[in-house]
Amino acid sequence: MGLPPYATTGQRIWYYAFRVICGLIFFFLIAPILIIIPLSFNAEDFFTFTPAMLSLSPEGYSMKHYEDFFTNNDWQQALWNSVTIAPMATLLSVGFGTLAAIGLSQPHVPFRRAIMAILISPMIVPLIISAAGMFFFYSRIGLQGTYWGVVLAHAALGIPFVIITVTATLVGFDRSLTRAAANLGADPVTTFFRVQMPLILPGVISGGLFAFITSFDEVVVVLFVGSAGQKTLPWQMFTGLREQISPTILAVATILVAISIVLLATIEVLRRRSERLRGMSPT
Amino acid sequence: MSEATTDGPMLAADGTPLKKSLARALRREKIRAFMLIAPLLIFILITFIAPIADMLFRSVENNIVSDTIPRAVQMLKTWDPDEDDLPDEDTYLAFYTDMVFAEERKQHTRLGTRLNYEKTGMSSLFRKSGRGVGRFDTDEYTDAFTDLNAAWEDPQTWLEVASEAGPRTASAITTWQAVLREEEDDPLEEDPTDWDVLYANLFADLSASDGYDNALLEEARVATAEIEPVSLRAAFDDIDEDWSDPEVWKTIQTYAATYTPGYFLNSVDLALTPDGIEARDEDQRIYITLFQRTLYLSLMITFSCILLGYPVAWILANLPARSANLLLILVLLPFWTSLLVRTSAWKVLLQQQGVINDILVWSRLIDEAGRLVMINNQTGTIIAMTHILLPFMILPLYSVMKTIPPSYLRAAKSLGATNWTAFWRVYFPQSVPGMGAGSILVFILAIGYYITPELVGGTQGVFISNRIAFHISSSLNWGLAAALGTILLAAVLILYWAYDKMVGIDNVKLGG
Repeated sequence: MGLPPYATTGQRIWYYAFRVICGLIFFFLIAPILIIIPLSFNAEDFFTFTPAMLSLSPEGYSMKHYEDFFTNNDWQQALWNSVTIAPMATLLSVGFGTLAAIGLSQPHVPFRRAIMAILISPMIVPLIISAAGMFFFYSRIGLQGTYWGVVLAHAALGIPFVIITVTATLVGFDRSLTRAAANLGADPVTTFFRVQMPLILPGVISGGLFAFITSFDEVVVVLFVGSAGQKTLPWQMFTGLREQISPTILAVATILVAISIVLLATIEVLRRRSERLRGMSPT
Repeated sequence: MSEATTDGPMLAADGTPLKKSLARALRREKIRAFMLIAPLLIFILITFIAPIADMLFRSVENNIVSDTIPRAVQMLKTWDPDEDDLPDEDTYLAFYTDMVFAEERKQHTRLGTRLNYEKTGMSSLFRKSGRGVGRFDTDEYTDAFTDLNAAWEDPQTWLEVASEAGPRTASAITTWQAVLREEEDDPLEEDPTDWDVLYANLFADLSASDGYDNALLEEARVATAEIEPVSLRAAFDDIDEDWSDPEVWKTIQTYAATYTPGYFLNSVDLALTPDGIEARDEDQRIYITLFQRTLYLSLMITFSCILLGYPVAWILANLPARSANLLLILVLLPFWTSLLVRTSAWKVLLQQQGVINDILVWSRLIDEAGRLVMINNQTGTIIAMTHILLPFMILPLYSVMKTIPPSYLRAAKSLGATNWTAFWRVYFPQSVPGMGAGSILVFILAIGYYITPELVGGTQGVFISNRIAFHISSSLNWGLAAALGTILLAAVLILYWAYDKMVGIDNVKLGG
């Protein structure tokens, strides 16, 4: 949509003004995330740019907030909790989710819509309501405040993402491949692992990444279902922001942004690979 | 062709009719599909659906009153406040018995807290009375009976004979044994004279009876004429004169039912009072305002998202694929970044000593004293949440706009439409589905938000979710939290149903 040579002055002005407006909106989207990166290297305990930072003098910058993150017991405990909870929750979501997605993609499934609605519901129900319900119910059955309580809750929250991504991958799956495998003498288990699984693997992995990030970033549910022993990284950030504001939060935030960039890139690569494998043109 | 094949049903290879064979294969396939889904379905039902059901149940459940003071609740059923000013002495005895056992189980304070939601002052009244019931003059009964016959000091007597005295004693003994069992004490080693409440109930039963076969009971019954009754009504009045206030008893009576609409009424600033449903006191009416504010802020956020998302989606859809994909990263990165990272960024930016204010002061647009207050109010909530939810508006809009052929606009213009007419009459109507999908998505997400309003909203920018969290973790009014949650859930489900009608659940896209 270039500017035609016959455009009037008004059109020219509008054309450029529109681009400036869009630029500003993109700036609004990305600037808050970028601004915390330099701020996390602040040598002072401030949340804003100091004169020393603005004059780009080395004294204005330091790694002390990162050091604090890696040496402070609270933060390390929180990091440890996050990396023990998220993979377990992901494993559960992916295991159950993939099986169910394969089941759901069969041509004859009774009550397909109702089942789908139930399985997707953890994504639809506001987190605070899930958190409240889980808090009530898990304290009844003694799961509240335990590692497994948080893992089960996070697994439930991650399942819709696995279902959606894996089902989407299976839409383009050529079912004659499994029939061909069966025809050549493979039993269903062999067919699954040797034929179906390699083809839907990209979908499974990106579903897993979604589930992982859901659990890794989740704070509302863990706040209610967990106890002090399950304090995760986002929870520690939340308390940090609410009570004792420390710039270490910005260092943690920067690390998390780096992790998101890596995950985003991975998912994009997987998506393209999956489309190529299924013979669709990459978009 | 022979006659047989045209007459009879078609047969499969194994000789069964083809129809049957197909049906069987289909059934097997259905079962197999279902077996694959079943584990997850059970998992979700236990970890997610059951909690939601529990919350719905808790929003109406009110067992605590009838569980803690069952006898008093039973007695109050027949009490008519219009006829008698106060409940009769029997009700006071029932309440005294309940309170003694509740105090032993440390449940009376919980009940006090529950009733305090309905009538202020109940919490301290129950706490005070829990301490007071141990010091009642009912030990006069104990002394009188034990003086009469030493058998009344023996727990054996209580366990074997006393239940025959009457229903009150029998039920008191049952509860007594239950309490002792909970504390892992043996009733046979317990000294009954520590439990004046047993003797008080015995006295009441004996004086109401005409005679017993059992000699011990008969002897005691005859002796009751000599014992001066202790007025429990006076004793309760001694603890706190509120016990002589019919309103207190009416409140207990009103909330004695196992299920109550009380929490839902509270959620809409009404209260269930002994005189029917009434509006709450002026200073306690907060929920209607809060619901209105949640709606208003969510609408503002949705509107801001449309305003900012539309141009971005348009430019993404109209640029060449290469640069569009590059710009799409700027949308997807915030989408993928942790919610807390984005909220902390806004906290950093919007503070009075924060980056935006510093820039404004530095550029002399405002002076040091005039630093803008942009956080801990509604502005903070709207700005931060618009930023957080903007990708949810851009992505559906973008996917719809990508399907609108650019030739339509050119055609409109070649037919003489101005730029504006071409956009408004041709392009915009076709982008409405994307806008509708995005708006509902943003709105659903916004009305249930908790973390961001909590951190940047102050007191004026918080949502109904924050109140739910407050009732769960601070005020411990779980029933009210559940009722507020149920209302919010209903709102979301209705919107979701609309979304499903419009877009379909299967079309939910994740990050392009």
